[in-house]
Amino acid sequence: MTDVRSQGAARHRPQRRPARVLPAVPMLATAFLLLPVGAGVLGTLAPAFGVLPAAGVMQPGLGAFADLAAWPGLPDAVRLSLVAGGVSTLLSLAVVTAVLAAWSGTRTFAAVRALLSPLLSVPHAAAAFGLAFLIAPSGWILRALSPWATGFDRPPDWLIVQDPWGLTLIAGLVAKEVPFVMLMALAALGQADAGRAMTVARSLGYGRMTAWVKVVFPQVYRQIRLPVYVVLAFSMTVVDVAIVLGPNTPPSLAVQAVKWMGDPDLAMRLRAAAAAVLQLALVLGALAAWWLGERAVAALGRRWIAAGGRGRREVWARRAALGIAGLSAAAVLGGLAVLALWSVAGFWAFPDPWPSGLTMQNWTRHAMTLNATVAETAVIAAVSTLIALTLAIGCLEAEMRHGLRLGAAGLWLLYLPLLVPQVAFLPGLSTAMLLAGVQGGTAAVTAAHVLFVFPYVFLALGDPWRAWDRRYGTVASALGAGPDRVLWSVRLPMLLAPLLTAAAVGVSVSVGQYLPTLLIGGGRVQTLTTDAVALASGGDRRAIGVFALAQTAAALVPFALAIGLPRLIYARRGGMRHG
Amino acid sequence: MRTITGALAALAMGGAAWAEPDPADWDAVTETARGQTVYWNAWGGSPTTNDFIAWVGRRVAEDHGVTLEHVKLSDTASAVSRVLSEKQAGQHAGGAIDLIWINGENFAAMKAADLLFGPWAWELPNWALVDRTKPVDVDFTVPTEGYESPWAAAQVVFMYDTADLPEPPRTVPAIAAWAAETPGRFTYPQPPDFLGSTFLKQALYGVVDDPAPLLDPADNADYDAVTAPLWALLDQLTPNLWRQGRAYPQTGPRQIQLMADGEIDLAISFSPGEASAAIANFELPDTVRTFVPEGGSIGNASFVAIPYNAAAKAGAMVVANFLLSPEAQARALDPQVLGYGTVLDVAGLPDEDRALFDGIDLGIATLSPDELGTALPEPHPSWMERIEADWTARYGVAD
Repeated sequence: MTDVRSQGAARHRPQRRPARVLPAVPMLATAFLLLPVGAGVLGTLAPAFGVLPAAGVMQPGLGAFADLAAWPGLPDAVRLSLVAGGVSTLLSLAVVTAVLAAWSGTRTFAAVRALLSPLLSVPHAAAAFGLAFLIAPSGWILRALSPWATGFDRPPDWLIVQDPWGLTLIAGLVAKEVPFVMLMALAALGQADAGRAMTVARSLGYGRMTAWVKVVFPQVYRQIRLPVYVVLAFSMTVVDVAIVLGPNTPPSLAVQAVKWMGDPDLAMRLRAAAAAVLQLALVLGALAAWWLGERAVAALGRRWIAAGGRGRREVWARRAALGIAGLSAAAVLGGLAVLALWSVAGFWAFPDPWPSGLTMQNWTRHAMTLNATVAETAVIAAVSTLIALTLAIGCLEAEMRHGLRLGAAGLWLLYLPLLVPQVAFLPGLSTAMLLAGVQGGTAAVTAAHVLFVFPYVFLALGDPWRAWDRRYGTVASALGAGPDRVLWSVRLPMLLAPLLTAAAVGVSVSVGQYLPTLLIGGGRVQTLTTDAVALASGGDRRAIGVFALAQTAAALVPFALAIGLPRLIYARRGGMRHG
Repeated sequence: MRTITGALAALAMGGAAWAEPDPADWDAVTETARGQTVYWNAWGGSPTTNDFIAWVGRRVAEDHGVTLEHVKLSDTASAVSRVLSEKQAGQHAGGAIDLIWINGENFAAMKAADLLFGPWAWELPNWALVDRTKPVDVDFTVPTEGYESPWAAAQVVFMYDTADLPEPPRTVPAIAAWAAETPGRFTYPQPPDFLGSTFLKQALYGVVDDPAPLLDPADNADYDAVTAPLWALLDQLTPNLWRQGRAYPQTGPRQIQLMADGEIDLAISFSPGEASAAIANFELPDTVRTFVPEGGSIGNASFVAIPYNAAAKAGAMVVANFLLSPEAQARALDPQVLGYGTVLDVAGLPDEDRALFDGIDLGIATLSPDELGTALPEPHPSWMERIEADWTARYGVAD
């Protein structure tokens, strides 16, 4: 491959102006990610170490940490963060691995693939509320079974949701993380040449699952490591899902930090900042532990592979894999369905399986707000995705033309906004932006969204871009096309489908941003998600139902377009549909 | 970049140099307000409240040419954070927030940190209509001194479902005794949620012999001795709460949801009209009624305040004044709309304004003013802070 590239490069004409901009793009993108996160973390470190002039605090020292250590809930909160994050990540990875090992390449697997976009489009908070209503003692499952099967005419006093071990929280996180890890794994699978490897292994007598885990998994995991780290960091620091499903006596550290951040007593901001710093340290520690775990598993795994076990009895394992994945998909989609029902429900008492009447009152009530916020949400999502896409194409093109590949350090930087807990840098960032004279507004919020959209877009686009056969470029160059023309007339049209998928991922990420929109926008920029979270704070299931459906639609439409548009545009050019 | 910053700084300084609007010269205030956009930061967790604020926006646009934008918060403290961040960054004019729905600790914190504009509230034309016997000039015993303007009166009531609980226990100790007999049917939002903390204060009123020390800072009293009966009561009550006190609803509305789901039979509310409004919105069964505990219940008011660096202070004052108009107060009182108590002296209003109130059906679950009785004052905020901290240490972090 590198040979092809250098041959192509040798034929380049002397570089013109655009080519001088291009090599700077990766640097620009890195600075774009690094500066705000860095500024934000500094803005959080200062109060953690006792410096918060606006609240009249100037006592540099470790007082805030001592104060935090004295909080009696700290051990439980820390344990909850670590356990919920670690276990849910492990389980998600296990489920994805099992499903891929058992079913990839089969007809059943097409159904799994088809479910991915809708599952990814359901916002986290909505999925949490839906799950809570499904499984609570007064929830839909028990309503459907009562009183004829259970004998209950009052909901039993069972601690299911908000259990102290965080089991419901873990279940909710797994249900939402499995689709994301699956999406990433599928992208990686495209490059793993799994089909031929599997054929070889199967012909040596290995069972389907054993063969996949032994031959394909190591290649796939290598590529999805960073996304898995992102999942680990995310599930340790998640706030909205944890408030709904997690225990609250005490809550996880991230939830508690946000609560302290919101305490009327301004001195609590110091403790909140200290908690955010501790949270950051916990995430780094967990990542290090995961990394060590990878080594251990790799060592054990090599021995296991070399031992040569064929593993033939796999029928039950295959069914179990599909069952668990189906359950997690059903939890999300079933939750969304009951929320949809709530959005039109009149009074709905336990143990009635259906509401006593239907009303459109909630939809008419929210229609006006929805119209206004949908427009704002769409503009922010479109612009931030466009910027992110341009940056990503710039980076990838620089990589292709000039060999400026982001190294391991660069990749870490790319993921920085996703790995550093939002609560640890966004408050600091909003202060930093004010200091720089940037007014919170749609533009500032859009810029902040790019921080989170860009890594996902880059991730979604990177692999198809690199997998593109460079010989097409060579042919075009031989026919006299310059590098720009190769990009515009050959590469981008051929990569239309992945470009649109990357855009859809970007839009769904932008639509889901809550803290960046609220904090950077100073509350003046309202999107579907800020409205939804504000309403969710009230816990009104009907309103949550309306907004959950609207949010899901906002994220789902781009995915549908990403699938439909290439078919439409290339309806008469069959060859382009496999670019 | 530097030139932009410089330009913005110059702009901000120019803003600061303008004279602040003077509420005593009301004509000038309405003149300045015309064309302004007011960003009202208010809790956005209730669709009915959001609708009411949208209606206020339409009305002030018609009458005064003021555009009202409701910034829907999940937590009022994030507005406090914003003003704090702006002050930290030296943005002393043209701030993002013009008006905040506020009371209690948030007000005390902002006032103490000099984050508020004022005094202005007592100069509003409609302040003359306000009933001063209601808690409108002290907020949790902290004197408002005109730094915030009241817009809704609230008083603690308990909601109960007559279908499950025909005769509710009417004192806090009686609630504990009832819970011992039928465990798992009562809970309260988890302190420091304001409603949960209110339950603790209401419970404290119900067990102390002499409530006088509660109106002074807790440090002036023998805190341990005064609160000892409260902790004795809670130690007895907690194991009999919903989920044995191992989980709590996080907000008032979630608690209402538990009632609608049939998980609990009794719940605290800080709005006498909330139950009727919830019935109208299908959020509670129509068998729910309310009562005031024997010995009376705590009352307070919701206020609006203007940050010191607000961009549209005149517009904000126009909105605050409109909120005190008989038209807005009567609409808020209607349980079909909001069910919030009025802060006006309705009996003293001109006939035509009073008719607005007379026509309102308060709803089946709402008590009459006589049944509500005179509200007990909020204890000094220091009590709430210490009780919240102690509650968290005792019940909020242990399983």
